[in-house]
Amino acid sequence: MSTRDKVIEILNTATSKTYSGADDESLFDSGFLDSFGLTDVVAGLENAFGFKTPDGDLTPRKFETVEKMVAYVEDHRA
Amino acid sequence: MAFLRAFGSYVPPRVVTNEDLAALAGKPAEWIRNASGIDERRWASDEVTVADLGVAAASDCLRRAGLAASELGLILVASGSGERRFPGPASAVALGLGLDATPAVDLPIASAGSLYGMALGARLAEDYGNVLVVAAEKMSAVVKRTPFDPNTGILFGDGAGACLISAGEGALRVVDSLLLSDGSGAASLRLDWETGLSMEGMAVIMNAARRVPAAIAALLARNGRTPGETGLFVMHQANLNLILRVAKTLGVSPDRFFNNIARYGNTSSASLLIAAAEADFSASPVCFAAFGAGWHWGALLAERV
Repeated sequence: MSTRDKVIEILNTATSKTYSGADDESLFDSGFLDSFGLTDVVAGLENAFGFKTPDGDLTPRKFETVEKMVAYVEDHRA
Repeated sequence: MAFLRAFGSYVPPRVVTNEDLAALAGKPAEWIRNASGIDERRWASDEVTVADLGVAAASDCLRRAGLAASELGLILVASGSGERRFPGPASAVALGLGLDATPAVDLPIASAGSLYGMALGARLAEDYGNVLVVAAEKMSAVVKRTPFDPNTGILFGDGAGACLISAGEGALRVVDSLLLSDGSGAASLRLDWETGLSMEGMAVIMNAARRVPAAIAALLARNGRTPGETGLFVMHQANLNLILRVAKTLGVSPDRFFNNIARYGNTSSASLLIAAAEADFSASPVCFAAFGAGWHWGALLAERV
């Protein structure tokens, strides 16, 4: 499974929804993710890819799109 | 060694319900309830000051403790909604208690201010004697600005709380505290004189949901305790969903987390002490925790004597 597909899977699991938007679409502006959903998604990414997000990176804009999540994972995965 | 000797609180009489705010916020009352856990909040009259609220809570605390204001050695006043740049409300609170020579220090830290006051007060009680921590907020004056911001306007209420800390006696002994600050979030939650309150709710929740349970767990671990062994948690009442999230992260039943946010909303720094004034401390140990602007956050552990 590609990193992108795994990210989508985590998004869908955390929100109990099915993501069908574009990779560069804001997950916040579209209403797909709320505050607690984002927290769950970041935890899911950490568990799936074996990294721990530093406190200084707890900024929503770093995880605003699928594209940004994939890039973050690629930079931080174990 | 320091003890939490008594708590006190005051909320103004005017109740503002979700129904009252629904039209102003452009949100149904039920949406407000689901998003925040808040049913109603209190708003003070225009002429009431932050210091007035603080004096009322301080008086309640001293009455419960059976202590005269003249026996206080130090007053710490947390508030993020003071009317002036300076002086803050601390000296006015002292004056309202009839004191004209007792040191009174402002802690303009907003939501985590009362936790900071408790932790610092516990350290200072040996030197200053009885320390009164007061947290007072008139958030209605902040959110009633025009245009009304539905994202923040529905959350906040007015009120004050107080905690008396003494070196020699009290029902709860302060075991340890952990205070943390990280300025990387300063822009995400701030109150500017010119532009008013600015809150990136998603950033606040994301950080609070991670940092608060981590602080609680670290504090408990360094004292040989676990969340499961903690009798009661009393948190800053920011959002019921956040409180429930912290409980879940720590693996603790939400029943062990006191909450009264439904009745008072988020009263910023005051909420922790208003909650403490209503909590039943028969379960011990007790863990207090808060998170807010700054970022400032932390936890304090106390146990029944």
